[in-house]
Amino acid sequence: MSAPASDHGHEPTSFAFTQENLELAKRIIAKYPEGKQASACMPLLDVAQRQNGGWLPRVAMDAVADLLGMPRIRVYEVATFYTMYNKNPVGKHHIQVCTTTPCWLRGSDDIVHACKKKLGVGLGETTADGQFTLGEVECSGACVNAPVVQIGDDYYEDVAPEHIDGLIEAIKRGEKPKAGSQIGRQSSEPLGGPTTLAAFTTQADD
Amino acid sequence: MLRDEDRIFTNLYGFQDFGLEAARKRGDWDNTAAILQNGREWIIDNVKESGLRGRGGAGFSTGMKWSFMPKNVTDKPVYLVINADEGEPGTCKDRDILRHDPHKLIEGCLIAGFAIGASACYIYIRGEFYNESSNVQRAIDEAYAAGLIGKNACGTGYSYDVFIHRGAGAYICGEETALIESIEGKKGQPRNKPPFPAQAGLYSCPTTVNNVESIAVVPTILRRGAGWFAGLGRPKNTGTKLFCISGHVNKPCNVEEEMGIPLKELIERHAGGVRGGWDNLLAIIPGGSSVPVLTKEICDTVLMDFDSLRDVRSGLGTAAVIVMDKSTDIVKAIARLSSFYAHESCGQCTPCREGTGWMSRVMQRMVTGNARMEEIDLLLQVTKQVEGHTICALGDAAAWPIQGLFRHFRPEVERRIQAYRNAAPLAAE
Repeated sequence: MSAPASDHGHEPTSFAFTQENLELAKRIIAKYPEGKQASACMPLLDVAQRQNGGWLPRVAMDAVADLLGMPRIRVYEVATFYTMYNKNPVGKHHIQVCTTTPCWLRGSDDIVHACKKKLGVGLGETTADGQFTLGEVECSGACVNAPVVQIGDDYYEDVAPEHIDGLIEAIKRGEKPKAGSQIGRQSSEPLGGPTTLAAFTTQADD
Repeated sequence: MLRDEDRIFTNLYGFQDFGLEAARKRGDWDNTAAILQNGREWIIDNVKESGLRGRGGAGFSTGMKWSFMPKNVTDKPVYLVINADEGEPGTCKDRDILRHDPHKLIEGCLIAGFAIGASACYIYIRGEFYNESSNVQRAIDEAYAAGLIGKNACGTGYSYDVFIHRGAGAYICGEETALIESIEGKKGQPRNKPPFPAQAGLYSCPTTVNNVESIAVVPTILRRGAGWFAGLGRPKNTGTKLFCISGHVNKPCNVEEEMGIPLKELIERHAGGVRGGWDNLLAIIPGGSSVPVLTKEICDTVLMDFDSLRDVRSGLGTAAVIVMDKSTDIVKAIARLSSFYAHESCGQCTPCREGTGWMSRVMQRMVTGNARMEEIDLLLQVTKQVEGHTICALGDAAAWPIQGLFRHFRPEVERRIQAYRNAAPLAAE
């Protein structure tokens, strides 16, 4: 395998970790036994991606390889295997709609449609202003709060098509909409309140 | 119904704080040293006696798994690895433990690690669970600061580290050897067994890999007694279990219930019933996407435990109940799972790499009926050629939903094929 293709024309010529991230890298490497620093490959790719605006150019993969003393090809293998490493530029806000069966049963097709309509882009595309990338993902693992939309690091749950406009408008205004259930659930309890554990619905007393 | 006082995950929904102080008030970290001072054998024996079976899907005895670990290893480290790569469609129970009850998990990690003679634990959390990881990390930091883990954990003289390793989007890393490869900084491709992780796991050292829920229930089992846990549920299917109820129910939810609760009672009591009433039920996938679908007739009476669901040729899996009412295009629902497995195949074994894609493409055609009748048997034959012919169980998991569909809904697919041919007789030839 050769280096991952970068036919998008955005490939930078160099990448260097910031001083702060080099310190972070040291702490990450220290979590693994001596001589096993390759284990830090995945977390360091994540650090690199976050530093680079949400995607991993080849030069960033090289920086990780060099820092860990790994053959570059081993890092390319990892970077191309896992779906959360973006090999192409993404918008400032990465919107990922889960469409696997539990979300699909609760209407994820309508969520995808609402996102496409609001943003004017298709799946895998980025808006012209570089603000939003729309994607489809496999099971997000929040199935009892379906449909689920992940925006950046946050899950927006119990989403209906009519929530999409408000969420995206809020992000455009520079706000961070409240993550979690969009219909007022605390988390994974039944809508309207738990059927169990009534004594634990308030903070613990001494 | 399970009584609240028998529920282990009292902060399942996160109404209370997940931090150490609140966790202590809920009973976590209560004289953990006393548990450890009973010794490794005592812990393993009690977990065995409790009947606890792994909560990640396979249902193997947790205590038995621990007892496979070599004793008196002095020449290399021993590891406990926690599988928090929750991604089986329908399943979202470990997420609640990670974000709302992380101290139960960390205390369980200490006790389980001590029982197998481990020096460190890695918790492998799926990458998308960023906020959940942050909560677990905060709880780990609190536990270190309070002397509960780290050097001289709980004042027992035992030293034990706990680390988080985040995944990056790969369902296959929920397979224990793929997960180990991933921690080692490689592609998550499963290893051939043997050697089993107990002999050569993480960094070729003896390793046990356990699911989050399996470990998080251990402290409570040891405090309340193996007999208490074994007294819940049915023989060989003991204890409490977190159920995830998704799909066409009025109130989708997670809930901790007694193992063996009737499926219908579980849905009606906690999830507000099937949308449109029980008679509007078409089918249920009872244990996460990998297990075969069940018809309403079976759901009327089946119990939610390992053996009951095995008896109806399905499985408890992760206890993720995916409910589908009569409005569901059942063929499309299963076809969507086929495309999931095609997407998630790691590409290592030919039957799975090629088979999952092929099965998915044929299933897409079955949705519209654009197929020949004999292709049904061909498809089923291919599922049998994938099943059991791969290093890991992903191939099986891709085959079973399709087999389940045709076992119960074959006439529906045949009807579609016939309708397609009737509408376009020339095109179908």
